[in-house]
Amino acid sequence: MHSNSFHCSLSLSLYSSTMDRAHSRRHVASMKQSLFDQGYLDEQFIQLEELQDEANPNFVEEIVTLYYRDSSRLISNLENTLERKPLDFNKLDTIMHQFKGSSSSIGAKKVKAECTLFREYCSAGNAEGCRRSFQQMKKEYAALRKKLETYFHLARQAGPLETAFRPK
Amino acid sequence: MDNGCFSSPRHDAFPAGLRVLVVDDDPTWLRILEKMLKKCLYEVTTCCLATEALKKLRERKDAYDIVISDVNMPDMDGFNLLEQVGLEMDLPVIMMSVDGETSRVMKGVQHGACDYLLKPIRMKELRNIWQHVFRKRMHEARDFESLEAFEGIHLMRTGPDQADEGNLFAVEEMTSMKKRKDADNKHDDKEFGDHSPTKKARVVWSVDLHQKFVKAVNQIGFDKVGPKKILDLMNVPWLTRENVASHLQKYRLYLSRLQKENDQKSSPSGIKHSDSPSKDSGCFSFLNIANKQQNDVANDTFSYSDGTLLLQMDATSHEGDLKDIVSEPTTEKRRASTSGIPEPKMQKGSQMSLNQPFTPVVSSEANHAVFDCTIPTQYSWSEFPKGALKEEQKTLVQIEDSFSQLPLHDTQNHIQVNQSQSMASINSNPHITEEVAASLETKPLYAGYKSDYVSPVSSKGSAVEAFPNQSKNLVVSDQPSEPIFTSNLGLKTQGFNLDYISDLDFYQRYLLLSGEAASEPLEEDLNFFLLHGECHNMNFGLQNIDMSEYYDPRLTGEVPSHFYDSADYSSVDQSLFIV
Repeated sequence: MHSNSFHCSLSLSLYSSTMDRAHSRRHVASMKQSLFDQGYLDEQFIQLEELQDEANPNFVEEIVTLYYRDSSRLISNLENTLERKPLDFNKLDTIMHQFKGSSSSIGAKKVKAECTLFREYCSAGNAEGCRRSFQQMKKEYAALRKKLETYFHLARQAGPLETAFRPK
Repeated sequence: MDNGCFSSPRHDAFPAGLRVLVVDDDPTWLRILEKMLKKCLYEVTTCCLATEALKKLRERKDAYDIVISDVNMPDMDGFNLLEQVGLEMDLPVIMMSVDGETSRVMKGVQHGACDYLLKPIRMKELRNIWQHVFRKRMHEARDFESLEAFEGIHLMRTGPDQADEGNLFAVEEMTSMKKRKDADNKHDDKEFGDHSPTKKARVVWSVDLHQKFVKAVNQIGFDKVGPKKILDLMNVPWLTRENVASHLQKYRLYLSRLQKENDQKSSPSGIKHSDSPSKDSGCFSFLNIANKQQNDVANDTFSYSDGTLLLQMDATSHEGDLKDIVSEPTTEKRRASTSGIPEPKMQKGSQMSLNQPFTPVVSSEANHAVFDCTIPTQYSWSEFPKGALKEEQKTLVQIEDSFSQLPLHDTQNHIQVNQSQSMASINSNPHITEEVAASLETKPLYAGYKSDYVSPVSSKGSAVEAFPNQSKNLVVSDQPSEPIFTSNLGLKTQGFNLDYISDLDFYQRYLLLSGEAASEPLEEDLNFFLLHGECHNMNFGLQNIDMSEYYDPRLTGEVPSHFYDSADYSSVDQSLFIV
């Protein structure tokens, strides 16, 4: 066993890095599974992963980054509009419609659900409901962002082999 | 090509290489769609603004096979874009939205969308979009078949659904067809080899025909109108009830849109056209024919009194149109118009001939002259003058400049020539001198087209009402190419319809050539966009110059009645326009 210690250690390190990779991938997979199980993401996210290829190896991460960047301006827009008195429900609804559409692009399930709720409050003219729902939406929005950041970090570690696979 | 209709020169595997234009203001979706389409091996161009998309479409009419657009966009309503694209470019348009409410989807279909996708969109949905392109080509092929006389006439439909109803609006001049053929083999006539004889022949709603239609509608009374009644009144033997029915539907849509726009926009410059200030957008000089109303023209909303209509259509279409118009090689020459016949083509015919009939028109539009100048250069009526509309503002300026250069006062020829060119923009600008007016005569023809183009409703040839209101350009519904021609080519001085110009150009050619020559240009760059008003109308009208019809007094609310001296148009060979 120790006769060729170098050889052994080399293969051992290879083995362990391989194991590390496998472990990482499992980690990524399980994290993804939980994101789906907990309702953070929906099918659209899988669609994005399926689009990822050699030409765009980090496609999903790029899209999520783009989403967070662009939607932040919609959020400020909403915030400003919510400060007006009286509330312009039509405008709020319009902005939220846009925001919802955008959120659907990455499969942000919980965020989308809050958007729908918000719009319902808008059509009912319920200012308090709108404000509450908006706060909730922002929470979901931020929580998802953190999770996805972790997820992408793990995915990068796991290596490019990590492609789309459907959660059970 | 292997696929026949739309094999792109770059790919052999159908439907690979399908050229898609995606329009969405959401950058995330835009990126995703781009990636998805590329995965389908399509060629993708992205746009985040509707106005930008229209510009691109007008720049190169044949550059795209299909358009996918979101419904909600900041600069323009997606449905509006949909309509315009359908009218001007006759491309299949797919709408997208996160909102799947039935009423919205219905609206999409009504406006001519060939499909309505809900976001989030799946790859598999995008894979199949080629079928819309293919279907359209098939229909066109069939239509084409029925228009043997018009080689390369591109029949336009507002939507694939209506294809079967024979709602075709002949459009596109030959040259553009040819270009397309060369470029993408898309409209290769030869490719339409598999027309199925089972479909009824497509109806080409020429300016003439549309005028008859509108006349009939007015006679009956818009409220009581019905396809059968219209058909009887029109007295066109080969026309079927179905043809009329579908045309009526479009007309109604157009009118209602006009109504809405008119209601919404109080100011004349209410042109939705976002990028063209109402004033100088000269874009479309669809003059709303005030006359129309006066003359018992259908109460359709052709008359965009506030020019909003125009704007929408024109703005966008103008851009395109302008561009197209520009394609005329002799544009520069035409501008001068001092030399009389700027257009080489025109020279062929007796340009003078145009003069006569049009003289009456001149009186009202001062802008005509202006229009003339610039327009000729701009539009090569061979192309559908779509793209340049946006540019129209500049063009308008040019036109104005040229106007001053125009020796309106000089020969009638000049004017005439101008007229034809600037026909499009028959502005009721008071400062239009007599001479201009003369030149305007031709313009109205174009103007009419524009307006026609603009709205299906305004078959009446957009009343040229723009006079008082510069910004108003009547955008005639594109459908009734006939009326457009006659009625309302109100060209705002500024925003003359480049399309009109192209139409004018066309018109000039035809009219001037007294019919005979006209047939020649037909072959070349006939822009038969009847529907799209702008060029097509013009061209169409030209060919089908039953001038008497066009220069209907009703059209001349503001335009002097003599403007439409039908008698003189008799020289135009009606047979030119083969419906």
